[in-house]
Amino acid sequence: MSGNVIILAVIVLGIIGLTAAVLLFFISKAFKVEENPMIDEVAALLPGANCGGCGFAGCRGLAEAIVKSGNIGELRCPAGGNSTMENIAKLMGLEAVAAAPVIAVVRCNGTCENAPAKVNYDSMPSCFFANSLYAGASACPYGCLGCGDCVEACRFDAIHIDPVTKLPVVDENLCVGCGACAKTCPRHIIELRDKGTSGRVYVACMNKEKGAAAKKNCSAACIGCGKCAKNCPAEAITVENNLAYIDFRKCTLCQTCVSGCPTGAIHFSGATSEPEMEQKADE
Amino acid sequence: MKTFKIGGVHPEAQKLSNEVSVETFPLPKQATVFVTQSLGAPAVPVVAKGDKVKVGQLLAKAEAFICANVHSPFSGTVNKIEPVADFTGYKKSAIVIDVEGDEWDESIDTTEDIVSEIKLNREEIIERMKACGIVGLGGACFPTHVKYMLPPGKSADFILVNAAECEPYITTDYRMMLEQTEACLIGVEALLIASGAKQALIGIENNKPEAIKKLKEAVKTHPKIEIVPLKTKYPQGAEKQLIQALTGRTVPNGKLPIDVGCIVNNIATTHAVYEAVQKNKPLIETYTTITGKKLEKRKNYKIRLGTPLKDVLDTVGIPENTGKIISGGPMMGKAIANTNTFFVKGMSSILFLDASESKRVPESGCIRCGKCIQACPMGLEPYLFRMLAVQHRLEDLEAHGIMNCIECGCCQSGCPAHIPLLDTVKTGKSQTGTMIKSRQAKKS
Amino acid sequence: MSENLLQVSGAPHVHNGESTKRIMWTVVIALLPAFMVSIFYFGLPAIILTAISVGSCVLFEYLIQKFVLKTKPTISDGSAVVTGILLAFNVPSNLSWWLVILGAFVAIGIAKMAFGGLGNNLFNPALVARVFLLISFPVQMTTWPEAKPIWNFGFADVVTGPTPLGILKEGVKNGGTVSQLMGSESMPDYLQMLVGQMGGSFGEVSAIAILIGAIFLLCRKVITWHIPVSFLLTAFVFAGILWLVDPTQYATPWFHLLSGGMMLGACFMATDMVTSPMSARGMLIFGFGCGVLTIIIRLFGAYPEGVSFSILIMNALVPLINKAFKPTPYSKQ
Repeated sequence: MSGNVIILAVIVLGIIGLTAAVLLFFISKAFKVEENPMIDEVAALLPGANCGGCGFAGCRGLAEAIVKSGNIGELRCPAGGNSTMENIAKLMGLEAVAAAPVIAVVRCNGTCENAPAKVNYDSMPSCFFANSLYAGASACPYGCLGCGDCVEACRFDAIHIDPVTKLPVVDENLCVGCGACAKTCPRHIIELRDKGTSGRVYVACMNKEKGAAAKKNCSAACIGCGKCAKNCPAEAITVENNLAYIDFRKCTLCQTCVSGCPTGAIHFSGATSEPEMEQKADE
Repeated sequence: MKTFKIGGVHPEAQKLSNEVSVETFPLPKQATVFVTQSLGAPAVPVVAKGDKVKVGQLLAKAEAFICANVHSPFSGTVNKIEPVADFTGYKKSAIVIDVEGDEWDESIDTTEDIVSEIKLNREEIIERMKACGIVGLGGACFPTHVKYMLPPGKSADFILVNAAECEPYITTDYRMMLEQTEACLIGVEALLIASGAKQALIGIENNKPEAIKKLKEAVKTHPKIEIVPLKTKYPQGAEKQLIQALTGRTVPNGKLPIDVGCIVNNIATTHAVYEAVQKNKPLIETYTTITGKKLEKRKNYKIRLGTPLKDVLDTVGIPENTGKIISGGPMMGKAIANTNTFFVKGMSSILFLDASESKRVPESGCIRCGKCIQACPMGLEPYLFRMLAVQHRLEDLEAHGIMNCIECGCCQSGCPAHIPLLDTVKTGKSQTGTMIKSRQAKKS
Repeated sequence: MSENLLQVSGAPHVHNGESTKRIMWTVVIALLPAFMVSIFYFGLPAIILTAISVGSCVLFEYLIQKFVLKTKPTISDGSAVVTGILLAFNVPSNLSWWLVILGAFVAIGIAKMAFGGLGNNLFNPALVARVFLLISFPVQMTTWPEAKPIWNFGFADVVTGPTPLGILKEGVKNGGTVSQLMGSESMPDYLQMLVGQMGGSFGEVSAIAILIGAIFLLCRKVITWHIPVSFLLTAFVFAGILWLVDPTQYATPWFHLLSGGMMLGACFMATDMVTSPMSARGMLIFGFGCGVLTIIIRLFGAYPEGVSFSILIMNALVPLINKAFKPTPYSKQ
């Protein structure tokens, strides 16, 4: 009796299994999506962070675009950089255009000390929302709101809010220059700049108000005095709307402007930031 | 008793300044008048530095379709035109006037007499509202004349007047109804002419029995106006909810009140319309409740636009341990980030919240109690919006109707987990709106 | 530093004072009448078991949050206390203490924390634990001490007896008719069932005490009427139809409402906020499903009681119900 039951169970289950297998086989045939296997291969070479730095929804989107267009052209994975693009080019038998690596730079120095808080933000920790609510704790309408939308946007764990200054700090080694943080920042404080071999010089302020108004809220604001532009030997600095901007293509990293800025709004940062170290030691 | 059908909450009324008559706030020495005093585009200044201006003289002209004229609330000299920080701290173009005396433009009837007979016709009334820079004083500051420029093929059956004053603390509308009863009703008559509507309904919540009594008595001479007492519930004064409460009609998604034959105005707006139509007086004042639990000198002020907020704060004295100052009511009002600013149109209240009640309770996890759904007067699901907004799922937000949110705050005010629901919903709504706009732009 | 600064935040700026903590402790208060009755009928063991259950639930929650999840413990919100009480209410009063602790571990550790803690659990933790115990330890979980008023209580001789539903199930299976069984000696009458003098899990016996608690919850707006009413009404109507069809096989609808865990389930377990639908229509559907499933399991299933199973099954359907039954939007009114 028990033997019969076992045999019966085996037969029944076997038939069910077989039927299901046959059904599955035909269904998978019927609904098969033909896709270029190249897309998978290209996608495998990409970092897979889906950061969106390339302008597509994810890595697969870029892979599809590269394979479908048949050439690389302007398409580029900023996160993977030149080596990734070379690998893809090799795979597809194409030529990759090398581009200088970029890095995110935070153009605000409104630390708790430089730009003391006048009110306390007490809502959802979102720069987007804070931006719609008020000008900022220091009342600088161009300054960092410090809620960390950029931190959330970064897929590479390369940007963090400094607990002391309440400003985001970019990790030089981890930042791949995908630009996700720059895109998400409601005040466009984060800029992608040439990474350079020995560092970069930039104006750490976005304030377009007149000097006095800017200075009122933040002691480290660019007041648009134009001293840097006058003294720059490379003529890399322009002042527009009371705000200096350094063209990184022209900048020679001489750092004349860094020491000359009356409010200390111009910063040098990089892996070998010796002058800055010296300056700190002096203080 | 009538009210809207679903959702709504009952915040503590706190009408602390109910019995305080309206006082006129003294003129300041220097005033700053923003050229953006309404929803829409900024008005363009028509005066220059050094110009002498009189009270009621045009300062900035509305050039865009949705925009309102700005008039001088003071007589004096234009000191400068420069960006000045408003209560959020953002800078907007403003005209700074050194106040000298109080000389009014001759065309304005400055007497206290009530002028009952309306001599202007429909077009003239709309033109007058536009000229006088009348905006909706319920809070949104939408230029009133735009509402009365009916789209072709549309007609208005009802003028609905929002006298619900459902926001806690604020009492200016209540005082207005008691002190300016006849003026408000003549304003409504003017709006009836402007719209061609046959009937006007004034909705008042039944927690204001005196106002209901007074108005019911007064409408005996105004056969087209009816007073409708409403069951007290927030957000009764929201446009869509008021239409449903008074007429039983519902505005379809993405449509305007005029699509169901209604135009909604605030009771304070009707008073401004009266002054504009009958006295040719532009909107240069705001009625503002100064209130707070700890405030001793609670006031209902009539304040000239451009008066420094600091002057008022100094006069009443900021209560000790004030944690937050709000412009408007506690449900939809905005926290003031910059007290160094100036009065604008529609600033209906300055509310002081004590430190103990101004700091938010830290949020804990959603317990799926569904209280936000029960409270939502639009029948939406705030908890779901929050979930989707956090994940930036904008398409899903759109599909679930986030654009229908009226941002009344009912959901957040009753959330047991103290989740900042409205913050996230507003963020999601704004991002979804941007997405929809860019999609439409791509299509066309 | 930030103490003296003005706060800037989005609207609304007022809150009605409701909190998760308040809700949970209100539920605890609402459970007190049923607890009193259980002490009255089952004596000291009821107190001891409840204390063990609550204590171990709170302890497990604390330990898991502190050492496993490494988050700030939130035991003061009272949700673990509620789970503890409900778990205790769902077991016989003579259950071994270590089984209760095991149940508490299943409730908090598996049914609640593994799903992400309060608010994220799919199933009612207390019910998961009860069903786990019922399936794993069927003998211990179905040995019911007889309910005797406290003055008749003696530690020495705990008399055990079946529950009304058990009597019925066994009896009908053995060919008896309902009317015979209802007349049997061990079967309580309706009044006894109403006040709670019958065998069963010690917190579920008294319909009156549970209703008092439920009315309290309704007044405090912790629960809405939708789930209890639709649950009980559906069960009543469904059982009533079957009773009309064959009164010899099926008991009266009154009997079904008053027996077993029907009242406790409908008023306290099914209404658990976390595991019930969000919209009013969803709640009605949920209650309907619970009612139908309970009666089906009671009358046609292997177990005499079906409340726990039916609620758990409906718990699993809640995400679907939430998707399918949305609140009516303003524009559709």
